[in-house]
Amino acid sequence: MKWLREIETFWTLFTAPTVWALHFLICYVAFAVFCAKQGALALSFDTVRLALGGVTVVALGVIVLSAWLAWRQWGFGTDDPPHDAPTDEDRRKFQGFATLLLAGLSFVAVLYVSVPLLFIGACQS
Amino acid sequence: MHHLFIVMVIGGAIIWALTIGVLAYAGRTRPKPMSVRGASRLIVWGGVAFPVIVLFLLLSYAVWLMPQVRPWLPGAMDGTAEIEVTGEQFWWRILYLDQAGKPAFETANELHLPVGRRTTFRLKAADVIHSFWIPALGGKMDMIPGRDNTLSLEPTKAGIYRGPCAEFCGTSHALMAFSVVVMEEADYLAWRAARTQAPVAPQKTSGQELFFRHGCAACHAIAGTPAIGRIGPDLTAVGERQTLAAGTLSNTPDSMIRFIRDPASIKPGVKMPAFGMLPDGDIEAISAWLGGLK
Repeated sequence: MKWLREIETFWTLFTAPTVWALHFLICYVAFAVFCAKQGALALSFDTVRLALGGVTVVALGVIVLSAWLAWRQWGFGTDDPPHDAPTDEDRRKFQGFATLLLAGLSFVAVLYVSVPLLFIGACQS
Repeated sequence: MHHLFIVMVIGGAIIWALTIGVLAYAGRTRPKPMSVRGASRLIVWGGVAFPVIVLFLLLSYAVWLMPQVRPWLPGAMDGTAEIEVTGEQFWWRILYLDQAGKPAFETANELHLPVGRRTTFRLKAADVIHSFWIPALGGKMDMIPGRDNTLSLEPTKAGIYRGPCAEFCGTSHALMAFSVVVMEEADYLAWRAARTQAPVAPQKTSGQELFFRHGCAACHAIAGTPAIGRIGPDLTAVGERQTLAAGTLSNTPDSMIRFIRDPASIKPGVKMPAFGMLPDGDIEAISAWLGGLK
């Protein structure tokens, strides 16, 4: 896992919001297509609902993983923000801390997007 | 929806009182230095956990309340009527559907709805974009050719309301409206049953004979007669409607005669041709017969 720490990229920062965006898209597109083509697809409503539940669990898992990596990048909270010194270490810790906050936000957002999955029962005809 | 309002108002009031209370407390007390640990804990619990949980609960409650998303709950969709309304230049084709979603009967330019029951409208357009709007009952919804839009409304008070076309659709757009008669449920069921039963042939008069002789039946349908035209509005029980010519004229014999004689002078751009060449007596007889259809 050493290589992970050596790569300098912003992608760690974007991972969680990207997962949030993909999860949002998958949920809405899946139901839009399913409801528009109800007769054409041999899927039941609950199958789609369960599949999206699975997608949600995977999305939350990826976000938790991203949060854990961010926590590690931040040094497990050994040092307090604002990490504004012009050094490699502060830059790394700042990115780690920002990623951790974004991961938290994305986690909550994915949960909110999934709320209708719990309550929805049918396509609006 | 009433409950949603109450819960949101009470919830909002509690949160407002808490926030203002904390503000007042902070303004009146002498600030004591807080430990870093205590301050972080306050931010995490008060600034993150509390709003996240409250919003999650409110969001869940609002989503749970929506009737269409949980039709499996008993009673959620009971007695829901479904009506297909098609906008045409410049009138409304209204098709009542039965429980199985099959056409039950057709009418035009006047909706009858039960009070306290949710009705779902399937909205279509035959020619250009129209918009279905009953301001007293709810928001409007466009009717787009080639698309089915859905709107659901629940009247809470019996009465007669007006619905205009809310999207410019041609020269007589401003003359395209319909009446909505919201009835007590028993009256509504009786009205519906009368429409669904095998139609009783109206009394034969010279007006009826003239209606067929002059070709009116090519475009208009009347249940219980051989008239099955589908180009113009269905005229079954036209005598009991609130208005004529899609909300343009009051339903009187004079209005009917004026409209038959020269529809375009009342509704510019209307598809119905003028029948001014008919003898006055014929038009009067046809009007009298149509006005008596109830």
